[in-house]
Amino acid sequence: MSVELSETTLRYGDGPVVLDGLTESIQPGEFVALLGASGCGKSSLLNVLAGLLEPTGGSVEVPDDGAAFMFQDPTLLPWLTAQDNVELALRLAGVPRAERSGRARELIDLVQLGHARTKKPHEMSGGMRQRVALARALAQRRRLLLMDEPFAALDAITRDMLHEELRAIWQRTGMTIVFVTHNVREAIRLAGRILVLSSHPGRVIDTRTITDDFRADPARAAALAAELTDVLRKEQFKHEHLDR
Amino acid sequence: MSTLIDERSRTGPDPEGAIAPPARSSASRPRRGALARAWSKAAPPLAAVVVLVSLWQIAAWASPMRDDLFPGPGAVLATAGRVVGDGTLPSAAATSLWRGLSGFAVALVIATPLALALAHAPWLRRAVGPLVSALQVLPSVAWVPAAIIVFGLTDATIYAVILLGAIPSIVNGLLAGIDMIPGQYRALSHVLGARRLQHILLVELPAALPGYVSGLRQGWAFSWRSLMAAELIAVGGSLGLGVGSLLQRGRDLADLGLVALIILVILAIGIVVELLVFAPWERRLLAGRGLSPKGADA
Ligand SMILES: Nc1ncnc2c1ncn2[C@@H]1O[C@H](COP(=O)(O)OP(=O)(O)OP(=O)(O)O)[C@@H](O)[C@H]1O
Ligand SMILES: [Mg+2]
Repeated sequence: MSVELSETTLRYGDGPVVLDGLTESIQPGEFVALLGASGCGKSSLLNVLAGLLEPTGGSVEVPDDGAAFMFQDPTLLPWLTAQDNVELALRLAGVPRAERSGRARELIDLVQLGHARTKKPHEMSGGMRQRVALARALAQRRRLLLMDEPFAALDAITRDMLHEELRAIWQRTGMTIVFVTHNVREAIRLAGRILVLSSHPGRVIDTRTITDDFRADPARAAALAAELTDVLRKEQFKHEHLDR
Repeated sequence: MSTLIDERSRTGPDPEGAIAPPARSSASRPRRGALARAWSKAAPPLAAVVVLVSLWQIAAWASPMRDDLFPGPGAVLATAGRVVGDGTLPSAAATSLWRGLSGFAVALVIATPLALALAHAPWLRRAVGPLVSALQVLPSVAWVPAAIIVFGLTDATIYAVILLGAIPSIVNGLLAGIDMIPGQYRALSHVLGARRLQHILLVELPAALPGYVSGLRQGWAFSWRSLMAAELIAVGGSLGLGVGSLLQRGRDLADLGLVALIILVILAIGIVVELLVFAPWERRLLAGRGLSPKGADA
């Protein structure tokens, strides 16, 4: 089952229109990156896809088992350790008690946090918390995974490692991933398709499809990165002038 | 140069090594200074007590009043020896403590689901919430005559007054705790696929625990106060003798030494439960979430 947005519109109360008639179709097993300036409505769009917000207009279709969601803010439960935060997700996903501990262990190891299993969120760094949140999102085993700037607080080496892991998981499971990022090169590296959002109101202003051949060619990838950065810069520039 | 590389290669592959030292040192620090810190915390209030008792003694010596109208610390101590010796005070203290704690426990069992119901049914909260807050303001001694009329001079009267005193503050504490839960937790529960009851038990209640504990703490204070009011007024019938009843007996006998002693005992029991149960519980709870204010135990 795919994700279908048709003329999806979102406003918060009487505020300005945040998402303006988005029509987009995401196929099962696609890896889509959302690029856009801060405040353009990327998190809002993920919230609509997760069923946390009702669109003000238009319709949204998502797989009926819902979506796994990795929030922009890690939102770990402060009274639970890293391990227990992941186990909670497994429990709520209906994983039998006997399997939870082992599976949570594997996921924590996957995000390179084996040494911090018993730490509480306040004893972890921002990047560590984000990785626990990633492990928890993977614990949900949904067909649709929404990720809101999941790697924003990580150092380059850890991020590289997790990029590899995420690609591998995606290829292995065939899940659909919608991934928000500010990092153009990250989007090119991971996604099969990139959607660029404008702001005020949010619309898709650019769509790029990225093949593996394309990704393998550093020169073309770098050229695309430069091009998309330019698109984003123009968009932001327009706003700096509109805002005044 | 070579030492630099050595340093790096030693700490590099073992991330645990880099994280462990602060944890180890913070664990050993309180142990080393525990006595000194306990002393520095206990010394000022102890000094204040010593000064007050001394002033009391001096005033008693200097006072032209008769000793039974203005007993000094020595006289109160003698009274204490008498009522402890004949077993009156220990049995009354045990009776009161049992009533206070069991009444508090029943209040807890009633107040918790009530607060959850109020938190989850907005119309119920609009209807009953103001009433609960109003009850919290009403001094529970006001219930005593009504309780005596309804239940007579029985334990039921005592418990009714305790419940009416303690339940509102526990309800309001838990409600406040639930109100302060970040809205994002609800989103998390939704995304994780939690059913309503799972959300309440696994997310909401633990998240509200700090507010709940401070509500319980206040609930205990209210239980204890209500109990004393009830025992003071409701004496006789099938009622066992509590500390509050001893206060009344002291009044009947015009025994100011006994009255002063009982006031001190009531105060002491309230403080001891607070210090032994609620203060450590709250501290541990907050520390477990990294919430303990840094200067709290300095
Ligand atoms: N709960 C809310 N109530 C009112 N307005 C909101 C709310 N949440 C977001 N907005 C507004 O909607 C717009 C889009 O916000 P959103 O969080 O979706 O942006 P974003 O693209 O995720 O930004 P960033 O990259 O900084 O995370 C912003 O203008 C914001 O002010
Ligand atoms: Mg966002």
